[in-house]
Amino acid sequence: MSLVLELDAIEQVYGSGEAAVHALRGIDLAVEAGDYVAIMGPSGSGKSTLMNLLGCLDIASHGTYSLAGHNVASLTENELAKVRNEEIGFIFQSFNLIARMSALANVELPLIYGRVARGERRTRALAALDSVGLAARSGHEPQELSGGQQQRVAIARALVTNPTLILADEPTGNLDNESTDDILGLFDTLAAEGKTIVIITHEDHVAARAHRVITVSDGLIVGDRVNARPAAAQAVLA
Amino acid sequence: MSVFEILVSAFRGVTANKLRSILTLLGVMIGVASVILLLAVGNGSAQEVKNAISSLGANTITVRASGMGGGGGGEESTAASTEKVITTAVSDQLASAGLGHVASVVPQVSTSLTVSSTSVSSDSVSIIGTTPGYFDVGTTGVGTGEAFTAADVTTSSKVAVIGQTLATTLFPTGSALGEPVTIDGTPFTVVGVLENQSSTGATDANSVVIAPITRIQKSFTGFGAVSTLSIEATDSESVDAAEGEIEIMLNQLLGQTADDESYSISNQSSLLETQEESADSFTVLLGVVAAISLLVGGIGVTNVMLVSVTERTKEIGIRKALGATRGAILGQFLAEAATLTLLGGALGVIAALIGANYEIYGTQPVVLDYSIPLALGVSVAIGVFFGVYPAARAAAMRPIQALRAI
Repeated sequence: MSLVLELDAIEQVYGSGEAAVHALRGIDLAVEAGDYVAIMGPSGSGKSTLMNLLGCLDIASHGTYSLAGHNVASLTENELAKVRNEEIGFIFQSFNLIARMSALANVELPLIYGRVARGERRTRALAALDSVGLAARSGHEPQELSGGQQQRVAIARALVTNPTLILADEPTGNLDNESTDDILGLFDTLAAEGKTIVIITHEDHVAARAHRVITVSDGLIVGDRVNARPAAAQAVLA
Repeated sequence: MSVFEILVSAFRGVTANKLRSILTLLGVMIGVASVILLLAVGNGSAQEVKNAISSLGANTITVRASGMGGGGGGEESTAASTEKVITTAVSDQLASAGLGHVASVVPQVSTSLTVSSTSVSSDSVSIIGTTPGYFDVGTTGVGTGEAFTAADVTTSSKVAVIGQTLATTLFPTGSALGEPVTIDGTPFTVVGVLENQSSTGATDANSVVIAPITRIQKSFTGFGAVSTLSIEATDSESVDAAEGEIEIMLNQLLGQTADDESYSISNQSSLLETQEESADSFTVLLGVVAAISLLVGGIGVTNVMLVSVTERTKEIGIRKALGATRGAILGQFLAEAATLTLLGGALGVIAALIGANYEIYGTQPVVLDYSIPLALGVSVAIGVFFGVYPAARAAAMRPIQALRAI
């Protein structure tokens, strides 16, 4: 299988001198296409820093990170924006939909930045909303949708560019149990379709759905195990 | 993203906080409206001066006898002084002297008398005795009826052309043409009514009687000096040359030197050109004052855009995470600032056009054609100029920091 992303001796240092904070202290990680990876760790472990690096929102102080064949450190600001646009689909804990814009307009946004023509944009955005079961709500604005629905719109937005990597940061952190099951079910479906998913979480039941669980602590990877029987599969078996 | 979509999205951004946008918009609107309106007021007053010039006739030179009282020579009745008086004979000599730049010479005598019809009388009406050439010099044309003729002057006919105001005063019910009027007891027949004249001074140019000079002299003023000579130059370029010729010729005819001239010669257009220049500088001054208010409006735009950028830091972070480049964010906020000022500018234009229908301090504003696109263009430019700093701040934000904002 081809590698979607590869981290080699990644270090992230904030500040300098005695005040320097070593958020990451040498991370080696490779994720293959079609993998469903959960990154776990307590707060302060460096998993958010890792998420920012994986999402090309930040550049590592040391080490190399390649995403879909791009050496991220060598990219200019605009090239980074292009990588974020084309290769990554973000899903955030707080949904991060833009207020006063319809669900459809929110989903269209990455396509606008990707310079997709208007007609095609509309078609693809509607298809993405349909795939998360919200086609009927395309005209609603975020504040008119429930938390679960908002996160579905955010997932549609992440999917619409058909990215190489879906990067989710505590996607169920702001949701009730029912919506959480709903969203995790959606991730299972995406994984089954062969999408590459990296999900950052501190909740065991979320991580239990992933195929591979990586544990980060104090800026280092301390655990990397394969989930032989992911929770979703168990549910199906039971 | 098409221009239309950028504008739609910018419009949405502007309407997100209506009250704030409206207040900012108001600043720009007032600025734009005052630029257009004050320029229009300045232009209007300049226009009035120009109209005054054309109504006087740009080619006209006026010679006025100086030291002349209303009735005549007064105490200066020595032989020397009578020689120096401009009479109709002097006027005829001037006209037939073959001066290169002079087209015609029209003598005038004037007085002020009571004029009455059979039913109504009007006091202190300006009475001008002149020759038919009067109607060709300047813009005093006959509206209805006819002017009197050279034959009327030769025969001292009791005919008169009267102004419109006087015509309606004396003959409120019907036409004045062919009707008899009496001027200080002498009967005249109205043969014509003047076109409407624009009044340039305190007197009403439409309340006037114009009659053959010989008749007025015979009946009222006597055959002494004329009060005024109106001289028409061959064209507006020759006014100064004609003025020089007239002055030399008159001094010869009157036997005097340039130092002891018994008359004053003036060229109305040069006087009014000065007035026009001052009206123009008045326009510039008003424009500058208005431009300052537009500038203040522009600063308001910067302020509101800075607040907007601060408020929408998170949105900027999200957009950047979704792949917005620095240029895209810059463009978005610039488009919003420009939309804000364009809307304000458009409303300002409307307000100015409405305001221009009303007289302001006695001046009818005349909107300058170029001032509308200018003010609109400037308002958009101000939006872009004053929006650049906030937009650049938004565009320069690092995505992780922007995302971290609440």
